[in-house]
Amino acid sequence: MHETVIAESLLAAISQEAAKQSAKPIAAKISCGTFNTVNDEILRFAFTAAAKGTPCENVKLQIEHKPIQGQCQKCKQNFDVESPDKRCPHCGSGDFQLLPDAPLVLEEIEFE
Amino acid sequence: MQKKKIGKKILSANEEYALKNSRFLARQKKLCLNMISSPGSGKTTILARTISELKGKIKIGVIEGDIQTDFDAQKIRATGAPAVQINTGGACHLSAAQISDALQNLPLADLDLIFIENVGNLVCPSAFELGETAKVVVLSVAEGDDKPAKYPAIFAKSKVLLVNKIDLLRAGDLVDFDVERVKADARKLNKGIEIFPISAKTCEGMTYWYDWLLKSVRAQHQGLAFDR
Ligand SMILES: Nc1nc2c(ncn2[C@@H]2O[C@H](COP(=O)(O)OP(=O)(O)OP(=O)(O)O)[C@@H](O)[C@H]2O)c(=O)[nH]1
Ligand SMILES: [Mg+2]
Ligand SMILES: [Zn+2]
Repeated sequence: MHETVIAESLLAAISQEAAKQSAKPIAAKISCGTFNTVNDEILRFAFTAAAKGTPCENVKLQIEHKPIQGQCQKCKQNFDVESPDKRCPHCGSGDFQLLPDAPLVLEEIEFE
Repeated sequence: MQKKKIGKKILSANEEYALKNSRFLARQKKLCLNMISSPGSGKTTILARTISELKGKIKIGVIEGDIQTDFDAQKIRATGAPAVQINTGGACHLSAAQISDALQNLPLADLDLIFIENVGNLVCPSAFELGETAKVVVLSVAEGDDKPAKYPAIFAKSKVLLVNKIDLLRAGDLVDFDVERVKADARKLNKGIEIFPISAKTCEGMTYWYDWLLKSVRAQHQGLAFDR
C-alpha cells in the first residue's frame, strides 16, 4: 500500500533531475532490498497514476531486487540468503548473521 | 539518449525527519519505542497495562497512530498518561514528519519514555523510520506461529518481540501455536532480538518486559549507546 508514497517520492526525484538537465526522462532504474522491498506491479501502477500529465508520464521503471546477504559465523564468508533455512555454500553451516538490507534507491535515469 | 547515475535514497525526505527526531530524542535522553503489529494484537492494551504497572517508577507518554478515530488515545489518557493522536486518513503507516509534530505536543520534560503506537499493519510501517530508539513488534497467538517466516522484515528490524495473548494457549482455546517455533524463526532473522511471551490480560510474563523497559530507560538516561 505504501507503494503510493514511494511512487510520489520517486516522481519528485525524477522530475527534479529532469528540470536540472532540461531533458525528457524516458526510463529510470531503481533498486530495493529484501526487507525494504516493493511490489513491482503495484509500484508501476502507482507511478503511472502519479505521473499522468507530467513530463514523467511515459517513464519506464526497471526494478532490481537485491537479495539480503548473510555472514557465516563459522567461516566468515558472505552469501545471498534467499530463505531462512539457507546454509553457507562454503562450509555448510546453518549459523549466519544477516547483514544490513539494501535501501530503496533511485539508481539511474535515462533521458531522451 | 543519455543515462545519468543518481544513487539517491527514494525515501530520503522521510529519513531526514527521522534523523532529526532521533538526534532530538538522544539530546533529550528520552527512550522512544515504535510499536508495530497487525490490527488487534493488543498494542493499546499492553501500553495501558504497562503505564499503570510502572506508575511511580517511570513516566510514559504515547503517540497514537490510527487511520481514523481517537479511541486509542482516549484509552491511554484514561490511565492518566498524556497521549497525542495522529490520524493518517487512510495511510498505512506513520511518517517521521508526523512524529516531529507530535513530539512538540507532549510534555517531554516530564517524561522518561515515549511509545509510538503505529497504525495496525505488519508490513508498511517497517519501511518508514521514525527516529525511534528501537522497534517493538507484537504478535498475538491468534495470528499463527508462521508470521516471522511470512513477514520477515519487521522481525528482522525489531529489538523486542512481544508474543501476546498467551492466556489463550493456557485456556486450551488455541493449541496449534508453537512459541518455540516463533522464537527460533525470529532469531534466525535477528540474533539479538529479545522475546517476551506475555498476556496483557492476565499480566503473565509482563515483569520481564517491565525489567527490560526500566533497564533501557536507565541506559538512555545515562546516554549509553543503545544496542539495537
Ligand atoms: N485474551 C487476551 N485478549 C487480549 C490480550 N491483549 C489484548 N487483548 C484483546 O484484544 C483486542 C484488541 O486489543 P487492542 O489493544 O485494541 O489491540 P491493538 O493492537 O491496539 O489494535 P489496533 O490499534 O486496532 O491495531 C481487545 O479486545 C483486547 O481486550 C491478551 O493478552 N489476552
Ligand atoms: Mg490500538
Ligand atoms: Zn561458512
